Amino acid sequence: MPTAAELDIVLLSLKVALCALLVSLPVAVAVAFVLARKDFPGKTLFDAAVHLPLVLPPVVVGYALLLLFGARGPIGRMLEPLGVVLMFRWTGAALAAAIMGFPLLVRAVRLAIEAVDPRLEIAARTLGARRWRVFFTVTLPLAMPGVITGSLLSFARALGEFGATITFVSNIPGETRTLPLAIYTFTQSPGGDEAALRLAVLSVLLSLAALAVSERLVRRSMQARHA
Amino acid sequence: MLEVDIEMRRGSFAVQVAFASDAPIVALFGRSGAGKSTVVNAIAGIARPTRGRIAIGGRVLFDSARGIDLPPERRHVGYVFQDALLFPHMSVRSNLAYGESLTPASERFIERGRVLDLLGLHGILDRGTRELSGGERQRVAIGRALLSSPRILLMDEPLASLDAARRAEILQYVELLRDELRLPMVYVSHAIEEVTRLADHLVLVSEGKSIVEGPAGEVLGRPELSPLTGRHEAGAVIETRVARHDEAFGLSILAFADGELVLPNMDALPGEPVRARIRARDVALALEPPRRASVQNVLRAEIVRISEAFGAIVDVELRIGSTPLIARITRKAATDLALAPGTTVYALVKAVSIDRRSVGFA
Repeated sequence: MPTAAELDIVLLSLKVALCALLVSLPVAVAVAFVLARKDFPGKTLFDAAVHLPLVLPPVVVGYALLLLFGARGPIGRMLEPLGVVLMFRWTGAALAAAIMGFPLLVRAVRLAIEAVDPRLEIAARTLGARRWRVFFTVTLPLAMPGVITGSLLSFARALGEFGATITFVSNIPGETRTLPLAIYTFTQSPGGDEAALRLAVLSVLLSLAALAVSERLVRRSMQARHA
Repeated sequence: MLEVDIEMRRGSFAVQVAFASDAPIVALFGRSGAGKSTVVNAIAGIARPTRGRIAIGGRVLFDSARGIDLPPERRHVGYVFQDALLFPHMSVRSNLAYGESLTPASERFIERGRVLDLLGLHGILDRGTRELSGGERQRVAIGRALLSSPRILLMDEPLASLDAARRAEILQYVELLRDELRLPMVYVSHAIEEVTRLADHLVLVSEGKSIVEGPAGEVLGRPELSPLTGRHEAGAVIETRVARHDEAFGLSILAFADGELVLPNMDALPGEPVRARIRARDVALALEPPRRASVQNVLRAEIVRISEAFGAIVDVELRIGSTPLIARITRKAATDLALAPGTTVYALVKAVSIDRRSVGFA
């Protein structure tokens, strides 16, 4: 059985990963829709920018976040008077995880939206539905399996996020020390091998559980479609 | 009144179509790729013309000069697509409810129960769209469009993806809707028998242009039609009424202004209007009425015109009184009989040759 300290680490990781997913999901769905359905000048560039976190070293992303959201960064300075500080906070860890998982999420949702026959959307419009209603009643439900798959990918990515997190929010016990950071810390301390192993097993179990949940959700959304 | 006068480009393809009609069913007829679907898409607001005007019952949907271009959802146009396009993630019931729920109760003029009755949908409401046959899918698609209370129903080749039996079924439903709901329809097809059966007003579309338009009976007899139908399908259409049935021999007798037609028993009551299409290749000509022959229809006619003679075949345009008919015969026969405009002839039409599929209730 996991100890209370281990449980805290797991809960913190889950909190960070879930927040990351909740924050990035609406943005990712919007970006995926635009990429799947719209043509505009600079689309290739926009697409590349979305994929950037996937190809950049995570440390670089973390460093960029530090520059932007740090105490002297342009966004950090704007947020500070509002009482929002991300640097060295778990919310910052969530932001880093969200950004690292974003391309995976966008990619899966975009593929799913592209697979929806656009003529179904046209049919809905001739029946009197405005664009936004068409999106929420036709496009999104039909793309749901892709949304779920993408959510799992980005959630798993968030659970495992290390480089950007440690660079941006450091490794503060109870605040930003998520599972991977804790494992890393134990491997760096003498006699920490057993603790590291225990956490590693927990992290595998967590990932498997996430996989099982998403499989169930996908199956359920597919069943709804065949009903 | 449906008024369409539009120009548009589809890549290198120019579409220029104009027609106006208040007939119950306007048919756009032409080969595949002639631009028919583009025209219905323009009416529905899915494709935007470069110039022109579209109005239904005086309500302007599109007018380039006045900068009017209503989005599809505000046009109140029911669109039945070739492949139905039912929402795959919804049951039949939810598909039907989709447009209905978006129409304010005060604007609904077709009751749900009525639509379900007319289209025979009661038994399949709880099915998923994948469990439907082709004909059922198309019926649901028609029902879904009707329940959005449209001002016009657009049907783009609604029978194209169906087998022969399902086609006959859907055609009957379309006729039923026309007679019961008094909802104007635009019917797109490349099949002459569907058009003959349904159309009141016919627009011929060829290479993006509307080349002829007018009352169906008139346009169906026009020579411009034959390149579109293919040589073998050229023919004339006679508007008739069922005069009586010959039960003993299983024949129906149709009366028209200038005579009668006999054909195998058809399922219609005496007095019902019927449109009969007679292919030119099924009409033979004689200078005297044959005395002991099997042919059942012998119609006295006058030759109006003989098409220019190329090769072995000529088309002879006839008038039975005022009713036009076309006969396709060999050039040799025309020469042997010394046929010329003004000659009185007897047109011979075998009862069994009259295309049953094209005989419709006008």
